[in-house]
Amino acid sequence: MALSGLDIFKLLPKTNCGDCGVPTCMAFALKLAQKKAELSECPHASEKAKATLGAASEPPIRLVKIGGPPSLEIGNETVMFRHEKTFFHPTGIAIQLLCSKEEKKLLKEIENVESYKAERVGEELNADLFFISQDSADRDSFLKTVNITKQNSTKGIILDCSDTENLKISLEVLKDDRPAIFLREKLTDEYVKLAKTSDSSLIITADSFEDLQSQSEYAKSSGLNNIILNMNSQNLGYQLQNSTILRRSALKKYFKPFGFPLFTFIQAEDSYDLLAKASLNLCKYSSIIVLPKYDKAMLYALFTLRQNIYTDPQKPIQVDPKVYQIGEPTPDSPVFVTTNFSLTYFMVSGEIENSGISAHLIIADAEGQSVLTAWAAGKFTGETIAKFIKEINLEQNVRTRKIVIPGLVAQISGDLEEKLPGWEVIVGCQEASDIPAFIKSVRIT
Amino acid sequence: MDFETPKENYSGKIIEVTIGATPEEGGTRSHTITIGGSTSPPFHFFEGKHPHPPRVAMEVFDKVPNKYPHSLMEYYRDVIEKPADMAKKCVEQYGAELISVRLEGTHPEKGNKSADEAAGIVRQILESVKVPVIITGHSHFEKINEVIKKVCEITAGENCLINYVETDNYKTIAASCIAYNHTIVAQSPIDVNLGKQLNILLTDMSFPAERIVMDPLTSTLGYGLEYTYSIMERIRNDGLAGDKMLAFPMLINPGYESAVVKEARASIEDNPDWGDQELRCAYWEIATAMSLLASGAELLIIYHPKAVEVVKNKISEIFNSKKGS
Repeated sequence: MALSGLDIFKLLPKTNCGDCGVPTCMAFALKLAQKKAELSECPHASEKAKATLGAASEPPIRLVKIGGPPSLEIGNETVMFRHEKTFFHPTGIAIQLLCSKEEKKLLKEIENVESYKAERVGEELNADLFFISQDSADRDSFLKTVNITKQNSTKGIILDCSDTENLKISLEVLKDDRPAIFLREKLTDEYVKLAKTSDSSLIITADSFEDLQSQSEYAKSSGLNNIILNMNSQNLGYQLQNSTILRRSALKKYFKPFGFPLFTFIQAEDSYDLLAKASLNLCKYSSIIVLPKYDKAMLYALFTLRQNIYTDPQKPIQVDPKVYQIGEPTPDSPVFVTTNFSLTYFMVSGEIENSGISAHLIIADAEGQSVLTAWAAGKFTGETIAKFIKEINLEQNVRTRKIVIPGLVAQISGDLEEKLPGWEVIVGCQEASDIPAFIKSVRIT
Repeated sequence: MDFETPKENYSGKIIEVTIGATPEEGGTRSHTITIGGSTSPPFHFFEGKHPHPPRVAMEVFDKVPNKYPHSLMEYYRDVIEKPADMAKKCVEQYGAELISVRLEGTHPEKGNKSADEAAGIVRQILESVKVPVIITGHSHFEKINEVIKKVCEITAGENCLINYVETDNYKTIAASCIAYNHTIVAQSPIDVNLGKQLNILLTDMSFPAERIVMDPLTSTLGYGLEYTYSIMERIRNDGLAGDKMLAFPMLINPGYESAVVKEARASIEDNPDWGDQELRCAYWEIATAMSLLASGAELLIIYHPKAVEVVKNKISEIFNSKKGS
């Protein structure tokens, strides 16, 4: 995280000599904080200032890439809470492949995951990685699974194998694929060498913060930069607290050994348990989650959660501006219009559905803003609505000539009637929850 | 540089709220339930106290909801029209820690049951189960005020959680809660300031702060969950930073809100990408509940028995980590 102007000011000589070209040290500090100046412009900067500012200019949590192109990018996060800014790099979802399985079954699983995609508010949702585990003494099966996966998938691969000889051969197979190696045991010279020669990321595992720090420092001093941290715990409460402590150390204390993305290996009793654990870890800082099996409903729920948590709070989720059919509308069914802010759409469409009628719901392009905000910004007016209705050729597709507008923008009704000759504008209710009652009490067709 | 656990100082404390009353306290519950009391963010045992775990309630109805998911009906078919029996099943078979009675059938558009009928149902529930009870209303102000007034009166001393009041309609219900010793839910539409304002309005009319639970309004998974999630984190952070008007425990509704979305009802044939319907119906509640636990929920009303089981189980697992820290 960047230092504030005041933090930087404390590190400067505070002489206001002006040698940097700025009249005061405070003003120079502010320019540094905004990255509009460089410390080298101050000839009197101390070594401590140079070291601290140098460290602060690196991202507090390193960006690590796996697989690709296109690679899965994780890390480089800057805040503890999404409302402070946003979370940037969504959690990677990995599917575990056990190499003891028959080749046919493995192929089927890979194919399922490869072909799985779902769409939600305009975003395509896919799994990101395969996590290949050596779960049998049979050495060849691991290598075979790696080969099958490479041949049948473009997704990144994480190797979970304690046999370094086997790992070495697998890494040769994946030499241009930027894999990651999951270590169940302490980092050794051998693993360092393997990771370095194959350009792999290393997921290091430890039972304590001290151990994790020493392994991370060891990896770093050996020249490895692509590190992912795994604190070994199967208790959900510890997982949450460990992840919080690691992320906070990196972001608030600039503690370099923990400045990497986090990995949580989840073991679950059943699929409900798995989803519960994965959900909490997804919200609280896990950058990779491994699912032991392919379950479409679970993927869909997790992808939806990931989309929600990683949405930029400054940019509302928008739905596509178009006509949405509620129920099974005919050309004579009523017509409603509102904006394309996702929450507005969800509430209005849900309440029309609750009322039990079928209808055409026109979602006009208001740049994702809610009704009043869009109206105030001039994005949801008689003119913009009329223009949109003409663009989508609504008049050819419905016989109704009545349109219900949100009660909050009653003032645009005259303007809309003027711009839409032949149409009667009906002012609806102000709250979506009143829609069923409104539909019962007002003639809208 | 040696590692040192980065702890933060929180000057505030979430208010402890107790629901229910035993015979000694003037009610008929076998025990009471207390939530709140935390002095650090959710489950941060390493830097604060969390005397009470979050609790899971289940819900029964005075009228079968129109959009009740098929997957849920499988569990409740025999009792769905008998709220007292359903309450018993929820507590004894599925482990509900509280029971919410949703009185939607009193809404003039949805059955228009009388206040006396509602009171009768609540009385039956209080007889059939001994856990603390939540009374859940609706948004038709005039009618719900009449209904809640009656229900508060006949349950005097039980310390029910009366769910809910909002800024445009709080005086009548709050006055009844004060008169008959009940606890209240203050609901606000996913907004920190409006939430705070309502809490101020309530305490200004001498409503005791230790009898207020906040409802930040639940948006379920995929339907604006991120708004609820972040508003709750902001409310909790402000409360822990010392803002007493935001230091209340929070109630959320993963059950009701998940049951109405299409993900709980659409078949796999209609939406092949969405996976098994039965699993999905439970998953939707689980993901909503677990993420909102992370952002500060203390009381959750959940519908799916599998979701209740796993969420309760996870809460106790998390609280097991309290010992070592």
